[in-house]
Amino acid sequence: MNGRIFSVVGGMFLLTVCSKGDGSIHAAPPAAQPPTPAPDVSAAGGTISGKVKFTGVAPRNPAIDMSEEAACKAKYPTTPTEENVVAGAANALANVFVYVKSGVPAGQTFPAPATSVVLDQNGCRYHPHVFGIMVGQGLEIQNSDPLLHNIKAIAKANRPFNVSQPSAGMKTTRTFSAPEVMVNLECNVHGWMKAFLGVRPDPFFAVSKQDGSFTISGLPPGTYTIEAWHEKFGTQTATVTIAGTETKPANFTFAAH
Amino acid sequence: MEAEDLGSQCGGEKVIHALLLVALVATQDTSAGKTVYVKWCAGCHGDTGAGDGQGARHMIPPPRDFTGAIYQIRSTPSGQLPTDADLLRSIDEGLFGTAMPGWKSRLSDRQRRDVLAYIKTFSSFFADTTQRPQPIAFGRAPSGTDAKLGRQFYDSIGCRKCHGDLGRGDGPSAPTLKDDAGHPIFAANLHENWRFNGGGTVEDIYHRLRTGLDGTPMPSFSDLLEQKFLSDEQLWRVAQYVRSLSPPEAPVVRDVIHAPLLAKALPHSPDDSAWTAVDASWFPLVGQIIRKERWFAPAVSGVWVKAVHTADSIALRVVWDDRSQSPDSAWLGHLGRVLKTLESDDSTPEQPALWPDQLAVQFPVSIPTGMERPYFLMGSPSTPVYQWRWSSSSRSTAVAGLARGVDRFDPLSSAGVAAQAVYDHGQWRVVFTRALASADTASQLPFRTGRAIPVAFFAWDGSNGEHGTRMGISTWYFLALDEPVPARVFISPVLAMVLTLGLGMLVVRRAQQKTSYRRQQ
Repeated sequence: MNGRIFSVVGGMFLLTVCSKGDGSIHAAPPAAQPPTPAPDVSAAGGTISGKVKFTGVAPRNPAIDMSEEAACKAKYPTTPTEENVVAGAANALANVFVYVKSGVPAGQTFPAPATSVVLDQNGCRYHPHVFGIMVGQGLEIQNSDPLLHNIKAIAKANRPFNVSQPSAGMKTTRTFSAPEVMVNLECNVHGWMKAFLGVRPDPFFAVSKQDGSFTISGLPPGTYTIEAWHEKFGTQTATVTIAGTETKPANFTFAAH
Repeated sequence: MEAEDLGSQCGGEKVIHALLLVALVATQDTSAGKTVYVKWCAGCHGDTGAGDGQGARHMIPPPRDFTGAIYQIRSTPSGQLPTDADLLRSIDEGLFGTAMPGWKSRLSDRQRRDVLAYIKTFSSFFADTTQRPQPIAFGRAPSGTDAKLGRQFYDSIGCRKCHGDLGRGDGPSAPTLKDDAGHPIFAANLHENWRFNGGGTVEDIYHRLRTGLDGTPMPSFSDLLEQKFLSDEQLWRVAQYVRSLSPPEAPVVRDVIHAPLLAKALPHSPDDSAWTAVDASWFPLVGQIIRKERWFAPAVSGVWVKAVHTADSIALRVVWDDRSQSPDSAWLGHLGRVLKTLESDDSTPEQPALWPDQLAVQFPVSIPTGMERPYFLMGSPSTPVYQWRWSSSSRSTAVAGLARGVDRFDPLSSAGVAAQAVYDHGQWRVVFTRALASADTASQLPFRTGRAIPVAFFAWDGSNGEHGTRMGISTWYFLALDEPVPARVFISPVLAMVLTLGLGMLVVRRAQQKTSYRRQQ
């Protein structure tokens, strides 16, 4: 009897999720109701642009001991380091994932680009280290090193996976079915190899560059909550209102502990 | 409408879909499963299935967290859900080498199916019809074996990175391994297939290579086959090679170590050729969970023991697999994870330190005349036990002493016991030697032939946080020094044969003579 009640509740739950239509739970694939035409991101809409900085002293990135992997070690003129905090001039902070957390009208869907995002394993490091992808878009993982890497995705809203690539030239393509900030990617053969993947239902995301700058464009008019995520410094949010075809600033300053 | 399409449309057909979904899910009765779960499973796996029950912090690996629906033992590709049959197998057989027992003999078929249905309710992935598991069509093992090819691909696809050159789980990446939740995890020791989570047959190993062990560092190797970097046969050869590293059968515990009498010199070195002719006995170790500070996660699963003696001395060879040659700072990260994962008896959590590996061999102070033996866990203040102790921090010596309980060890001044040790690819081999006779018979056991001498073993893996009372322990077993076999044992049967033959021939001859005499008449 209880079981039946549970099932009914379970069914209703799914239904509720479904009708929200923003795909915030893995169980709901993109809604196929009256299709909202996706805006042409590149041409129209507003832009949010800004810089990410930090205050204080950035922690030193640990050196990587690659003595077990001569083929990787040979790719560096000096001892490589981890990329936990990548800073530019004047305390600019790179590798910050900036995305529209909320404000995109519910029910508006965006088709995943046909081109895959490429994650390269080269020199026993991931390239890029922080990046974004859309739900349903291909993630092409390739190995440019002549040795074993395994690629483990640690996720909650998405299914995790763990596949091996023991040879140079191997390629594996995977997709993600639900938005998730962030999916952690790691190699267990080389404990220092980490990458962070933001999975979004829309194209409104960017990663800060070496000078701390980022740009999110193509936003329809509205008020948005923007979140900036950094692997060591946590998250910050800002609220930005876009009225039309304009560029609005959003700057973030993290505190180095 | 296909079942896969369920839930993919959220428009006008909502109600129909919801009803369909309810009908699908309702076919399994989860309330009966909940009753079974609460009684038998929640203690470890937790009321909400999050793997956080009362027992959870006393085990490594920790119990499965059902809320993420991430399962190691599957027939499906990495990332997919397990099938019901996969889950039922883990429930029925348990997960070898872990705290998860098999439930086939304890729960009825119905109860096991009900609890399976209930476990699936902890994760919404199972209710998501787009996540239907699709088992891999595993082929059959190719005929014959090719150990050389298997070994070649074991190296080329990188197994050694974690499992080590000889497969003892001591590869260069082994100290850094952790599961998805950050808990410490060992690369499997491939010499102990009876402890492989998903079973130890060639087929089991091949299936794990194909599916990977999701949630752990063990990846799937299926992509290699799809992209033709490896053939299916080659992957089967790897599985066969891995299987060949373990004994044909899981070791059976025998109660008595037989120490034969050697005519030649006593082997002091662990790798002396004299040892090859001697049988090894396996003694499993378990965590010391009797006295505080207790230890629930011993890294040494057991010891292989051989013994020999000469007219005046004894040599005991103890071999055990240990991934780390402690103290080794490379394992400090692992050590920190172990201490963080396990609940401690201490009020303040212990800080990781560079502890050595240790081994203790225990005997009574004198050979007991009756069945009474000292307390197996290192004796008591009134009835001490005689121990040989060895540590990797001074590996070519051993200390003899009296233990008067688990936390008291008094070394003896005239020890008389020597040791030689070798660490080789994830394995310690230590030989203890001593004279049979003892000058101090009050505290140092005199060894005698033809008697059952109680013996027990204790092991510590320093890099796993083991020191003091935190160790692996055995119960009492026996050591028997075989008596020299008197010559009559060999001569008597021959003599008897000759006599019988002679008498027999005599009888035949007499009979023949009689016959020929009658014929002549």
